[in-house]
Amino acid sequence: MNTQDSHTAPAPGVTLLVNGTRHHLAIGPEVTLLDALRERLNLTGAKKGCDLGQCGACTVILDGKRVNSCLVLAARAQDRPITTIEGLAADGRLHPLQQAFITHDAFQCGYCTPGQIMSGVALIEEGRGHDEAEIRKHMSGNLCRCGAYANIIAAIREAAART
Amino acid sequence: MSLIGQPLPRVDGPDKVTGRAHYAADFPADRMAHAAVVQSTIARGRITGFDLAEAEQVPGVLAILTHRNAPRLGKIPEIPPVDPVGTPEHPLQDDLVLHQNQHIAVVVAETLEQARWAASRVRVSYAPEPAVIDMQATLRHARPASKDEISAKPGNVGRGDADATLASAAVTVDSLSVMERENQNPIELHATTAQWDSDGERLTVWDKTQWVQSCAKHLGAAFNIPPERVHVIDPFIGGAFGSSLRVWPHTYIAAMAAKVVGRPVKLVLSRREYYGGTGARPWTQQRVRLGADRDGSLQAIRHEVTAENSRYEIYTENVLKATPILYRCRNVDLPYRVALRDVNSPNAMRGPGLATGVYALELAMDELAVALKMDPLALRLRNIPERDQMKDLPFSSISLEQCLTEAASRFGWDRRNHQPGSMRDGRLQLGWGMAVSNYPAEKVKATARARVTAKGEVHVATASSDMGPGTWTSVTQVAADTLDLAMEQVKLSIGDSALPMAPVHGGSMTISSIGPAVRDACEKLRGAVYGAAGVNTGDILEIARRIGRDFEAEGAFDPGDLEERFSMEGFGAVFAEVTVDPDTSEIRVRRITGAYGIGKVVNPLLARSQCIGGMMGGIGMALLEQTEIDRRSGRFVNGNLAEYLVPTMADTPALDVTFVPEEDRNVGGLGTKGLGEIALVGVAPAIANAVFHATGKRLRHLPMTPDRLAMA
Repeated sequence: MNTQDSHTAPAPGVTLLVNGTRHHLAIGPEVTLLDALRERLNLTGAKKGCDLGQCGACTVILDGKRVNSCLVLAARAQDRPITTIEGLAADGRLHPLQQAFITHDAFQCGYCTPGQIMSGVALIEEGRGHDEAEIRKHMSGNLCRCGAYANIIAAIREAAART
Repeated sequence: MSLIGQPLPRVDGPDKVTGRAHYAADFPADRMAHAAVVQSTIARGRITGFDLAEAEQVPGVLAILTHRNAPRLGKIPEIPPVDPVGTPEHPLQDDLVLHQNQHIAVVVAETLEQARWAASRVRVSYAPEPAVIDMQATLRHARPASKDEISAKPGNVGRGDADATLASAAVTVDSLSVMERENQNPIELHATTAQWDSDGERLTVWDKTQWVQSCAKHLGAAFNIPPERVHVIDPFIGGAFGSSLRVWPHTYIAAMAAKVVGRPVKLVLSRREYYGGTGARPWTQQRVRLGADRDGSLQAIRHEVTAENSRYEIYTENVLKATPILYRCRNVDLPYRVALRDVNSPNAMRGPGLATGVYALELAMDELAVALKMDPLALRLRNIPERDQMKDLPFSSISLEQCLTEAASRFGWDRRNHQPGSMRDGRLQLGWGMAVSNYPAEKVKATARARVTAKGEVHVATASSDMGPGTWTSVTQVAADTLDLAMEQVKLSIGDSALPMAPVHGGSMTISSIGPAVRDACEKLRGAVYGAAGVNTGDILEIARRIGRDFEAEGAFDPGDLEERFSMEGFGAVFAEVTVDPDTSEIRVRRITGAYGIGKVVNPLLARSQCIGGMMGGIGMALLEQTEIDRRSGRFVNGNLAEYLVPTMADTPALDVTFVPEEDRNVGGLGTKGLGEIALVGVAPAIANAVFHATGKRLRHLPMTPDRLAMA
């Protein structure tokens, strides 16, 4: 945890490192990472579905780990690398999981999809993408009301096999 | 090869997997202000005062609106087929509190955090009045729905003499069941961004709505401007399941707030605020009495529903729509009753009415099969209707028998031991159940426009929407197929009230209505291009480029007198396998097989997704979903996504979907019947019947939670 004494207090605000770009935001300590991304940086790929850490639509990758960005204060994410759905295909080529979601029709309305994909990318990194029981267990924090789960499982398995 | 019927990936897939698909709360605007609502904390009474001192002190607050200072709204219209009968909430117009979590004030501030904090600092005083919330108390005052209240629901017409026939029938069952209130809970929160132009004469709204043009009409009426001056935009809907059919109070509030502060205002309801700020599938109690001969031939059905309602509006739905047509039966009685309580008005949720009614009917049919010592499948097959006995019309097509036999075969139903409690997997009780599914193949007037430019680009437009079924893709397929182009060559525009007239995006009628309108527009476009070139074949892009000008054509669909000539219905059959833990009463669904006869399938890949989604929704309805309202306070006890349980990936069983071939030349349009609702309708009863088969215990209460099963 960063601690600052009064002699070296930083400029007010928060510096976020999002998809490889550094942003300084004049925001207070009460702003969540999700609201900083959506309302300050116009990165609206991360979705708000509950604001309570119950649905997973806001999942982003922080320091290599998936987090519900609605439960992380932006100030706690200061200077730590953040990847959002917008940064996943930064070079213009879809990540294998993004492509697999299209191939397997792993969504309908698409609203939970950025969160599902970020969670799935992290899950594959965690080495859990090959086993269906593991996928089911470790993706159940990402709700899909359209009920595309069966296709999401297929998409994750295919992407895991390719990576 | 025709593009219709091809399993093509979604044309909007790349936007949805990269975060580029913009939903109602995703549109930026210069100088955006943020709004947060204040909701009532009593169920009934009057507001006697607001103490705004603390809220006004919060930095960044631009305005606080209550009924004392909010702009006056005009009368909000009642637009069929969506709006119920009665007086809709006119938000911030008076001191009346009609239900808990009613919006009674709104705070507008520079930032979202300031708005929400200030909203939490608004103090409200009330003069509460006694509220009736408890359903059992409410039921004592239930009354028949009036003709006006159910006029649009033709399913309520009975025939013959059910009571007399029941009294003399060889075998009867009497099944009383309850279904709890359910919330649609799309993952997208309800949101509105409203912006007035500088002279206050034009309003632009990015709104979560299934009907952009109705939204424009409602807002126009409320703000006393012509609907053409209201521009409603919603290209992507993050799921709705009925929750965005109506224009809810917060949409007016966002527009009021934007008007007062003279800036664009974004208002997003929180998940908790959503439960009182919109609607829900109503709590219902149903009593189904069946009378049959010893061979299983149905002789009488009496199907009565009592549905919860608010005190300010009456919402009725097609609970009794399937009952008079699903089985051959001469005597049918269909009373519809309403029970009013101090809650927010219910509204349509996926498979509205039919999901409720078919549950009770199919539960009773299963009970009848048990009483007759008959295979439940054989009972259905014995009673398949030859024609629609209610409308006295032939079906445009009916594949119910094919659905039943095909699904049974895929499921392996012939290996079922019909004795309840007879099948096991180790210590777990195993149950197989089945049910029929049905939904009307509705279609209404729609229009579309097609244009080819001198540069050789094709644009197709209609004011429909896509909440997930795949309108973007299926309509592009229709256009590309008609014009003999590749999918990538057609650019589609939807979700915008300025586009050609389209009906509400709901009721499983989107592709059946706008599909033929788009085809008509494209055929006329091709005719115009060929006519100008004096040819009757060729690539319209090349011809348009050669001639060097744009061509445009309007297309339309009108079902005309189809409904007078045919009864148009989709049918299906659903089979489910469950396990029940005898110690904990936990029910798990292991697999579901569904077969559907829904006419032409435009895109089998997307159609399968709709069906597996309907199956997951049915699992939620059967086992998990209930909106719990505290019977004293009227508050939503589980108004969030951790305590209102919805199915997760861990709940996903093996799902098997099949479409029986059904070429319907009578149903009009593209030959489609719609799929969104029928995919849900039969699932919960199939699971409920499987639970009986596993345990021998008849639980007539959804959801079938472990405590309810243990007590059954």
